Amino acid sequence: MLGKLTWAAIPFNEPLPLLSGAVVGVVILAILVTVTVKGWWPYLWREWLTSVDHKRIGVMYLALGLVMLLRGFSDAIMMRTQQAIAIGSAQGYLPPEHYNQVFSAHGTIMIFFVAMPLVIGLMNFAVPLQLGVRDVAFPVLNSVSLWLTATGALLVNLSLVIGVFSRASWWGYPPLSELAFSPDVGVDYYLWSLQISGIGTLLTGVNFVTTILKLRAPGMTYFRMPVFCWTALASNMLIIAAFPVLTATFMMLLLDRYLGMHFFTNDGGGNQMMYVNLFWAWGHPEVYILILPAFGIFSEVVATFSGKGLFSYRSMVWATLGICVLSFMVWLHHFFTMGAGADVNAFFGIMSSIIAVPTGVKVFNWLFTMFRGRIVFRTPMLFAVGFIVTFVTGGLTGVLLAVPPVDFVVHNSAFLVAHFHHVIIGGVVFGALAGITYWFPKAFGFTLDERFGHASFWCWLIGFYLAFMPLYQLGLMGMTRRLQHIPDPSWRPLLLVAEVGAIVIFCGILCQVAQLYVSIRTREQRRDLTGDPWNGRTLEWSTSSPPPAYNFAVLPKVETIDAFWQMKRKGLAPVKPAYQAIELPHNSSAGFITAFFATVMGFSLIWHIWWLAILNFLAAAIVVMIAGWSIEREHEISAAEVAQMERAW
Amino acid sequence: MLVVVVPVIVATLAFAWWYRSSNTHATRSLDESYEGRVEFVVWSIPALTVILLGGVIWIGSHQLDPRAPIPGKSDPLRVDVVALDWKWLFIYPDQGVAAVNQLVIPIATPVEFRLTSATVMNSFFVPQLGSQIYTMGGMITHLHLLADNPGEYPGFSANFSGDGFSDMRFIAKAVPTADFNAWLEQVRGTGSALDDAGYAELAKPSQDVPPTTFRSVEPKLFERILDQTTTGSGNAGIGGPAPPIHHAGG
Repeated sequence: MLGKLTWAAIPFNEPLPLLSGAVVGVVILAILVTVTVKGWWPYLWREWLTSVDHKRIGVMYLALGLVMLLRGFSDAIMMRTQQAIAIGSAQGYLPPEHYNQVFSAHGTIMIFFVAMPLVIGLMNFAVPLQLGVRDVAFPVLNSVSLWLTATGALLVNLSLVIGVFSRASWWGYPPLSELAFSPDVGVDYYLWSLQISGIGTLLTGVNFVTTILKLRAPGMTYFRMPVFCWTALASNMLIIAAFPVLTATFMMLLLDRYLGMHFFTNDGGGNQMMYVNLFWAWGHPEVYILILPAFGIFSEVVATFSGKGLFSYRSMVWATLGICVLSFMVWLHHFFTMGAGADVNAFFGIMSSIIAVPTGVKVFNWLFTMFRGRIVFRTPMLFAVGFIVTFVTGGLTGVLLAVPPVDFVVHNSAFLVAHFHHVIIGGVVFGALAGITYWFPKAFGFTLDERFGHASFWCWLIGFYLAFMPLYQLGLMGMTRRLQHIPDPSWRPLLLVAEVGAIVIFCGILCQVAQLYVSIRTREQRRDLTGDPWNGRTLEWSTSSPPPAYNFAVLPKVETIDAFWQMKRKGLAPVKPAYQAIELPHNSSAGFITAFFATVMGFSLIWHIWWLAILNFLAAAIVVMIAGWSIEREHEISAAEVAQMERAW
Repeated sequence: MLVVVVPVIVATLAFAWWYRSSNTHATRSLDESYEGRVEFVVWSIPALTVILLGGVIWIGSHQLDPRAPIPGKSDPLRVDVVALDWKWLFIYPDQGVAAVNQLVIPIATPVEFRLTSATVMNSFFVPQLGSQIYTMGGMITHLHLLADNPGEYPGFSANFSGDGFSDMRFIAKAVPTADFNAWLEQVRGTGSALDDAGYAELAKPSQDVPPTTFRSVEPKLFERILDQTTTGSGNAGIGGPAPPIHHAGG
């Protein structure tokens, strides 16, 4: 009846996951009780859970990413602490079966449920506003994407209290991830949560490529789009091309595990090298899916806070597209050590270092944008400067790793761990944090506190260097990654420095929590009444903060790049001509309900509860079909109402 | 590359400082956003760097290819490596001996490794001797190393392979040829023989295994392990059915 699910799945004998699970459970319960007692459910349901407004969906993605950042970060602190104390003969406090779950969960969560939601959330919020349009191409689909991503995150966290998570690392290489070597449900939690959230991500890709290609304000040609829209376009094209590869690869591994097939097994003609190839055929483009939008955010931030147009917009665009194409030609550099010949390795090594060309061009362009500018150091700009300084050295170690003979001695070492945290924290995370502080006043109508913003920036920057510079050195000293205990006592001082770095980053996170709290408390003093708190250049700053549901009462007419800047210059903004009625999509519960059924389906598949899985699959399919066939999808806001709302602003 | 990176960092900090809004001495030109000559330089610098680097990559990849034999005065020593849960088996096919978690090689002699795994993927790595290479079930990878100086070099698996991964370590001991021959004599005189039953016992998962040696080894054991791995449990006749995989905990 319940498949493999028994009471034994709850780790009663392991206090650590049970305790953390209990704490999370209590927090969730407290939130649910508060919401119920205060009677907030109708508001939440109407305004958020069933919202198809891209701005609301963007904010919910960001909330998901930030909450999961706390989870992924607690995994990180646990690992750093384990490695700082389990040295020599000491075994530390996490035995291998826990430690291996912790680092597998850390990688999975940080990539799929922190970095992706942050990046997708910012694209959701900003892209339609920058394009000068009222929503994305498929608003209901957008809501489905969000909730399927949340489903994946929920399933990963469920593994904390029911069963176990994967112990086969975030990339799940077979045969370790095959049934023969990982017989428990851990790998199934990993696979099904990523399969379900992967569908959400793919739909996001379709949605945004369509939006950017087909929906732009009148006059906004491709070469008048803000750079962030270009990077979002490149990123979403990569999603469409890369995520199906991941889904297909995981499906083959699932077939191996569930139906005894032999795609990647040692025996039966399986080929584990194929998994490694396919995984990185997705995995390397994924790096650029994350970093390109971050580049876009920095382009907006550097131009805005230098009071100057981006230096050489066109070469920025071509560099973005170049990276987009090249990112599919480098995946083999993740496994130079798998035994390919020198010709193959050399080809992929050279292709990988070629990516440094367009990336270098971008860095120079940001530099020349700052040159002779009038630089205002608000928090987003601090992150941008911190990013440039940090990212060039992270790129440098990346280019080193692209040289096969070098990779042969540092592959899979702490050096590699330091490298990708260098570019992901220094690039993607700094980009997301810059983007959040940059667009926060647009989303909520008040700015974030600058003192705590600056403090959090310095904590993140210093903490990053303290945490990861020692790892570079440890890697060169022969420390490989994923060690549950450390063989060489002479590594202790560097590991302690790394631990301190992680704690400093934690202080940065606390500063951000404090920043949010203080800013909400003092929101009346920090209201943004103009809609344009930073003297912005792009269209999102031409509407009110927060923007009305329809974004723009009248769609802006675009004549140049930096459209809003030009309008301000010519004194055309804000134009308030005759208003017309605006059609807006209805709220839709389809996303939330589909995701509910998908969650139960994923859980049932993980535990082999076949009848429940089939039922929930059918239910989810029916909900999607009903949503797809519904006729009445839009409501109208009359011209008079629009005029009234605009006058209020 | 530091020639490019360091000036960029310095320029970033310098521009950020000098063009801060409160600096009254800075010359500003807020309109200028394109300059063809600068653009040319901006593309050229990284492009030239990468062209140079591309040459280094091409030559380096060929010269230091793990498959490429290392020229040496003496004939190469052949060693077959098998990754097991969670230890390393080293077979000396020409000498007919084997060792676990202990690799002894003569100095100044090229060593020709053939590697495979009887379990999950691992990576064979002795950092002080050179490159690493993956070991994979049913497949052979090749690696050539040479120790110039005598010494004890730590070796380990550099690809996560499960619960016993952290202790999957060994010492690679490089000794003068005479000592190597003496070691061979000593190994042949002590320990047990690595036969089918012995291998079946050895292949069972175990952690933190102390170094051991075997005075003789079944002929073609490496090939039979390959066969056994690809055909599935126990069909190749090495000691009956494959051992159940033991994972601690969950």
